[in-house]
Amino acid sequence: MLDAGFFAAWVEEAARSVLAGKDRLTRLDTAIGDGDHGTNLDRGLTAAVQALADHRPATPGALLVLVGGTLIRRVGGASGPLYGTAFREAGKALGEEPEVSPGALAGALEAAVDGVRSLGSAAEGDKTMVDALAPAVRALAQAVREGRDVREALDAAAAAARGGAEATVPMQARKGRASYLGPRSVGHEDPGAASAALLVEALRTVAARW
Amino acid sequence: MKKLINDPGTVVPDALRGLAAAHPRLRVDLENRIVLRASGPRPGKVGLVSGGGSGHEPLHGGFVGYGMLDAACPGEVFTSPVPDQVVQASTAVDGGAGVLHVVKNYTGDVLNFRMAAELCAEEGVEVASVLVDDDVAVRDSLHTAGRRGTGATLFVEKVAGALAETGAPLAEVTRVAREVVGRSRSFGVALSACTVPAAGGPSFDLGETEAEFGVGIHGEPGRSREAVRDARGLVSVALDAICADMPVSGDVLVLLNGMGATPLIELHIAFAEVVDQLAGRGARVARSLVGNYVTSLDMQGFSVTICRLTEELTRLWDAPVETPALRWGR
Repeated sequence: MLDAGFFAAWVEEAARSVLAGKDRLTRLDTAIGDGDHGTNLDRGLTAAVQALADHRPATPGALLVLVGGTLIRRVGGASGPLYGTAFREAGKALGEEPEVSPGALAGALEAAVDGVRSLGSAAEGDKTMVDALAPAVRALAQAVREGRDVREALDAAAAAARGGAEATVPMQARKGRASYLGPRSVGHEDPGAASAALLVEALRTVAARW
Repeated sequence: MKKLINDPGTVVPDALRGLAAAHPRLRVDLENRIVLRASGPRPGKVGLVSGGGSGHEPLHGGFVGYGMLDAACPGEVFTSPVPDQVVQASTAVDGGAGVLHVVKNYTGDVLNFRMAAELCAEEGVEVASVLVDDDVAVRDSLHTAGRRGTGATLFVEKVAGALAETGAPLAEVTRVAREVVGRSRSFGVALSACTVPAAGGPSFDLGETEAEFGVGIHGEPGRSREAVRDARGLVSVALDAICADMPVSGDVLVLLNGMGATPLIELHIAFAEVVDQLAGRGARVARSLVGNYVTSLDMQGFSVTICRLTEELTRLWDAPVETPALRWGR
């Protein structure tokens, strides 16, 4: 079962992974945005790790709500409210349970993606983080339904997230700053989808050693 | 990257310290990153709060003062502020008549100001918002995040600020702000890209003979890259784009805006073209502003913003203003 320690480890792993991938995210965002996505997300996740070091909530739900609030307060841009809402919605969906089943995790991540979709009014195919998150959540839910264990389920989710991010390359952006480029946004991986894939991959990494 | 900075990570707080030191009529809350009038809120006056990513100076902090904004919330470079900043600014400037948020239409600004407005309502501060979306370079708003807010932001802040100063209610100040948006259009051209300190290199590469048409103010590429031409030709491209979207006639207010690294002598060359070419299209430049007002760090280039004036808008534009970057009549 996945407890608060697991989710705290996820946030730490996500922060490490975004820091390691910062230059790549910056490159992707320079191509079709304004080049600060890696920097902003790094600042927010570093603040989230610090917030958990100062005070780690006892339940996974409260922990994710705290992380979401920290991202909203520290990141700015569009990604702050969007990722912040994702974590908050996931946390709220988990309620006050001290431990989380794979099924509950899948449900929480579905709530997270719904939150992002509704706040950003983005659909799949718009070349946004939704293009990585939505297939990841579908793959996770599917694997859980098939009765696979959490590691296998998160392997499938991580692969779907990475595939979803890569699938944004030929898309023309319809949301966010990349949309101003029109057809010139084609041929570049969306930085939001790339960072979303990093977060899902971090979840898989932590599960593999849990 | 060569820049007059101490550290790419402290650009915004370091600049705010300087802004505070240079302008005693401002109160700069360094911890919360809010620029306020030192005189505090005036009871019964609608408060005007704007904000957005840094890197567009003097927008917005340079427009805080009598006749314009009550507070500005600077985010990181080219990154919108966070909701907490906007909530604290709104609470601080509320004189009991409500607060108008002036928001440029970018996904990040819209989301953070929307969250802030919800939190303000919970704290009992009445908030209205005006969305500025004047940039005609973004063509198909059904398939994009919609038009960007650029030069017209200055017009909105000046005109709505002047009306707020008269004690007009929030609904009136909001109405006039929206009217300015409805009557204003912009188009920008870059001759070089800008360099975001945290990114360390230029946001795009332009050859010696290329210009980027339809650029925004964040170093994002524009809608097309074409051969550079003389000032007459570049202004003509901008005016064609604006007039194709909004028929221009009668008296207009024009902002000939530098992107940050264009010499003033070149801005005046371009402005002379704007006046002549608009006359040829049947419009008269009745009021104008030439200079670096809505910048994009060290980008070379310019934008033209045109507002079709009415008697009321002209009067409010002429009203006294006293801010670090704009002052007359007082």
